[in-house]
Amino acid sequence: MKKFFSDKKKARGFKEFLYITPFLVLVLVFSYYPLYGWVYAFFDYRPPFPLTKETFVGLKWFQTMVGNEVRIKQLLMVLRNTFAMSGINLLFSWFPMIFAVFLNEIKCTPFKKVVQTVTTLPNFISWVLVYSIAYSVFNSTGVVNSIGMSLGLIEEPVMFLQSPDHIWFKMWLWNTWKNAGWAAIMYIAAISGIDEELIEAAKVDGASRMQTIWYITIPSILPTYFVLVMLNLANFLSNGMEQFYVFQNAFNKESIQVLDLYVYNLAMGNGGYSLSTAISIFKSIVSVVLLCATNKASKLIRGEGFI
Amino acid sequence: MSGKEKLDKRKKVKYKRSFGDRLISVLTYVIYSLFAFVCAYPFYYILINTISSNDLSARGKILFWPREVHFTNYAQVLKIPGLLQAAKVSVGRTVVGTAITVTVAAFLGYMFTRETLWHRKLWFRMVAATMYFNAGIIPWFITMMNLGLTNNFWGYILPVAVQPFNIILCKTFVESVPKELQDAAEIDGAGTLRIFFSIIVPVIKPILATVAIFSAVAQWNAFQDTLLLVTDEKLYTLQYTLYQYMNQANSLKALISSSSANVDFSAILARAQTTTSVRMTVTIVVVTPIILVYPFFQRYFTKGIMIGAVKG
Repeated sequence: MKKFFSDKKKARGFKEFLYITPFLVLVLVFSYYPLYGWVYAFFDYRPPFPLTKETFVGLKWFQTMVGNEVRIKQLLMVLRNTFAMSGINLLFSWFPMIFAVFLNEIKCTPFKKVVQTVTTLPNFISWVLVYSIAYSVFNSTGVVNSIGMSLGLIEEPVMFLQSPDHIWFKMWLWNTWKNAGWAAIMYIAAISGIDEELIEAAKVDGASRMQTIWYITIPSILPTYFVLVMLNLANFLSNGMEQFYVFQNAFNKESIQVLDLYVYNLAMGNGGYSLSTAISIFKSIVSVVLLCATNKASKLIRGEGFI
Repeated sequence: MSGKEKLDKRKKVKYKRSFGDRLISVLTYVIYSLFAFVCAYPFYYILINTISSNDLSARGKILFWPREVHFTNYAQVLKIPGLLQAAKVSVGRTVVGTAITVTVAAFLGYMFTRETLWHRKLWFRMVAATMYFNAGIIPWFITMMNLGLTNNFWGYILPVAVQPFNIILCKTFVESVPKELQDAAEIDGAGTLRIFFSIIVPVIKPILATVAIFSAVAQWNAFQDTLLLVTDEKLYTLQYTLYQYMNQANSLKALISSSSANVDFSAILARAQTTTSVRMTVTIVVVTPIILVYPFFQRYFTKGIMIGAVKG
């Protein structure tokens, strides 16, 4: 009787497995199978021919990556951009935290709500829309140039979007415009979790507002900040490509191309599928090393990892 | 001490208000107002430009309030070849994609709580692990090509159908539902699917709303997949079309002149479409759905942060 029962249970479990098989297949096909595509880095791949018709070239593409001076120069340029943009992001990563801390100090609730609502909205529009907005505001007839001209601050329209000047900082600004309000929400949640008693006690002891912020609020949300910095570090080479893709043009290309965008441009623009796969493998390896290193560092400093 | 007394006492304890404190207070208001203005004004600026005289707008004369208000831009933009089709594709992928993502998240979230499921933990780990790696753009693109999903509507839907984070959200929610509910149904003879549809789905609706809204926004905003996978104009999305309008102003000009050739000449300067007017009008059209659903999903923010953190 017992055996029969367990068999029935097994049969049911297997039936349930059949229910989820289609979805498991989707996962295999779209997440695991592409990993197999890494072999393209070892072939001279020219679509649409199947892999069996391609020549195996071993590590040729990894050598090409640093093979001649032009490539080295290009790779160095791309790495410089990637490091600069990630570096600026990391350097200013405290901004959303401070944004949240002082927003929390505002006593007028309606004002606070409006600020929060308005500053969070840009997070939900795509980079294409952000670019469209940037274009509308900063092109030669846009509001910034119009006001600048009518006030006599500038003689002729400034080509904000075309010029490669300060492009790293501009990219950080757009990223902040889009994300700061959203990123602050996490800190606002952390701040609301601080024990009221602590703040009361500080007030009773005669702490000023800045002192309360400095000695209570900030230390309480520092762990959250720390985890985010670690994640930032681990993703140092992955800035994503969408933002830089929409903002790139012939003039700023040299200083805007980050690793992710370079991989795309190389493959889609020049058909260098194999070379670009080789570069993205190289990137993945460095990223894994970074992730492990930051996790180790986190363990050393805080006594716990974050993965 | 009663609650009210406690409250009164709390009110009395205040900071010593020094000059510095007050200065900081004023500065905070000024800085946050500026920040809010910088975030909100561009939307307003584009909106007033779409309803003002196109002639003035193209010369950069509309800055703070609309002038010579008209709404022809919105009617005319529909006549641009391809735009209506792009809108259909965008709406289609948002509706179909969201429906599938939500269904999959709910179903798998539930199935991964079924202890009877054969090798449950293994499958769950297999799905969850995909959050942490990514083969890269090119191998993914080649896979899609081999599967025939380039220039195919399903290329927008199938790759994002199974979202591990959404599944984990649903799974956690299902786990918090009292087990007795399922047990009772089981005794009454309900099967796995029956339990899912009549018991689980009604109970986990709140989390499904969260998942639905975030995947709808993601589908509506998606740009990269069109860029990589689609060359067939019939499958272009609004986001992609808008991007093209900005980067290929000349081809846009050609589209406009062909579509507004029969416009009355008397009103031509103020109302005739310009590349600026089309770009701005399409921007408003694309941004409006987001702004419309925005108030509804504000309350899901904290959960969404977790989704956002994972999806990057």
